[in-house]
Amino acid sequence: MAATVPEPAGSRDGPAVRRESSGRLPWILVVPAVLGLVFLVLPLAGLLVRAPWSTLVQRLAEPHVLEALRLSLVCATVATAVCLLLGVPLAWLLARVSFPGRRLVRALVTVPLVLPPVVGGVALLLVLGRRGIVGQWLEASFGITLPFTTAGVIIAEAFVAMPFLVISVEGALRGADRRFEEAAATLGASRWTVFRRVTLPMVMPGVVAGAVLCWARALGEFGATITFAGNFPGTTRTMPLAVYLALETEPEAAIVLSLVLLAVSVIILASLRDRWVSAP
Amino acid sequence: MTLDARLVVTRPAFTLDIALEVAPGEVVALLGPNGAGKTTALRALAGLTRMSGGRITLRGRPLHTLPAESRPIGMVFQDYLLFPHLTALDNVAFGPRCQGVSRAGSRRVAAAMLERVGLADRAAAKPRQLSGGQAQRVALARALAVRPELLLLDEPLAALDAHTRLEIRSQLRRHLADFDGVTVLVTHDPLDAMVLADRLVVIEHGGVVQQGTPAEVARRPRTDYVARLVGLNLYRGVADGNLVKAGELLLHTSEELDGAAFVAFPPAAVALYRTRPDGSPRNLWQARVEGVERHGDNVRVHLDGPVTAFADITPAAVADLDLSPGRQVWASVKATETHAYPA
Repeated sequence: MAATVPEPAGSRDGPAVRRESSGRLPWILVVPAVLGLVFLVLPLAGLLVRAPWSTLVQRLAEPHVLEALRLSLVCATVATAVCLLLGVPLAWLLARVSFPGRRLVRALVTVPLVLPPVVGGVALLLVLGRRGIVGQWLEASFGITLPFTTAGVIIAEAFVAMPFLVISVEGALRGADRRFEEAAATLGASRWTVFRRVTLPMVMPGVVAGAVLCWARALGEFGATITFAGNFPGTTRTMPLAVYLALETEPEAAIVLSLVLLAVSVIILASLRDRWVSAP
Repeated sequence: MTLDARLVVTRPAFTLDIALEVAPGEVVALLGPNGAGKTTALRALAGLTRMSGGRITLRGRPLHTLPAESRPIGMVFQDYLLFPHLTALDNVAFGPRCQGVSRAGSRRVAAAMLERVGLADRAAAKPRQLSGGQAQRVALARALAVRPELLLLDEPLAALDAHTRLEIRSQLRRHLADFDGVTVLVTHDPLDAMVLADRLVVIEHGGVVQQGTPAEVARRPRTDYVARLVGLNLYRGVADGNLVKAGELLLHTSEELDGAAFVAFPPAAVALYRTRPDGSPRNLWQARVEGVERHGDNVRVHLDGPVTAFADITPAAVADLDLSPGRQVWASVKATETHAYPA
């Protein structure tokens, strides 16, 4: 009953929610906010408006589109697997083992995050290219050449995408309660067993989130890929490269390819919405 | 002695340095206020906190040189730390599995342990589906499943509500009685310590201040902290025959002593008067009421004066005496109600 009693008008101690909604919104914040929103959404809307919906299915079924899509998915997935294999242990090392220079190593790990991907591609060429420090040796000893091959695409994508995984997993490891690891140790678990049976299951949401981000980044990789792996149909021409190429010759095909990438991005965002998009 | 340890842990602004000897089958409780170093001592025994000195030997073998995972220990943590992604059964099976028992074998051991703590029907439950009391029992089963020689319990009952606590305490007592290894438990609750332990080791400021059987400690407290725990007024003074001079107060006691001595008496033995009583009992002093609080069915009066003291009186007496903070009263204790012992 008490809940239905209306509050006296002009009550000085009204609930905070009310006070928040009263008062004018400051236009100096609202106008740029709306402009920003339009700026972010408009290009995507343009993509949808200009899409050749009538011929969409037919264009998607074209062999070179399917080829680029398949190559993109395969390379991004393999690159993500490589990142998981190397990045999770690296994250563990950064989060759990104190060694001299740890801060420096953490900074180095994040460099590919801010490095222009083209620079990353050039750097990869210098190291793994036929004249590169490691590349020369790889070719002489094993006859392996990486640049301008599908393996090169995977390397370029993994190089650019791994920091996303490492940062996500390291954050999860830092947030995990280490006392569970101590409890496991008192039960006789070696550090490897602790990692495998306690730590990893407990940070699995962070690993999954990191892997999805990593995969999305690898899927969209352009600069490092084209620099290090080139642009050969069937072996190194991934979706982003195909989009760029099609834009010059066949703009409608570029739109279709872009739509596919957009759809993939939206699906990823939706799958991660609880983690990244929802308000705290 | 099965466990023979000297634990030294140095931290900025804190040093733990205690010696501990525990016989097989014996349960020792480390009792002390928050921040005294009890948990640090337990973690040092487990190998989770690095010692800056000292040693630990268990059955003549050095333990302090081994990492936690190689020590023959079982530990129950204050908030149990059951692995949230594993069922109760797999939590208990975790230890045996680490010791190299097969998957099926360790599950059998775990099932038997859960049976022992009366939780066979909760084997498939995840930790978040367990009640506090059930989680505590799973944690105990998990610690015992590795067949430890040294069982460590960190505030094993602190996370339980009063009702569950009573029940789990008596169960835990039974399990500890069955356990033939060394048990060290940490608690700040005197009742837990008295019920569960054969011997109490009281730790304050990183050192041992008193140890003995629960009965000894309860009867002859040696620090203010212990006296408060066991509910006694305690004074340190100098004895001369059956007189003890504690501060400005001269107390008559029934025991005859010489030299440094403690005098203890229960708050219920203190009688309060508005005016100086006739017949002049021997231990009489004038005090000021500092505070009044409910204490069980009675009222506990905090007194200040030549000595600080607690007096337990009935609510009726509070009304009769018109007690309020700041009031002057006369306090008396019969010599036969005091207990004096060497310091």
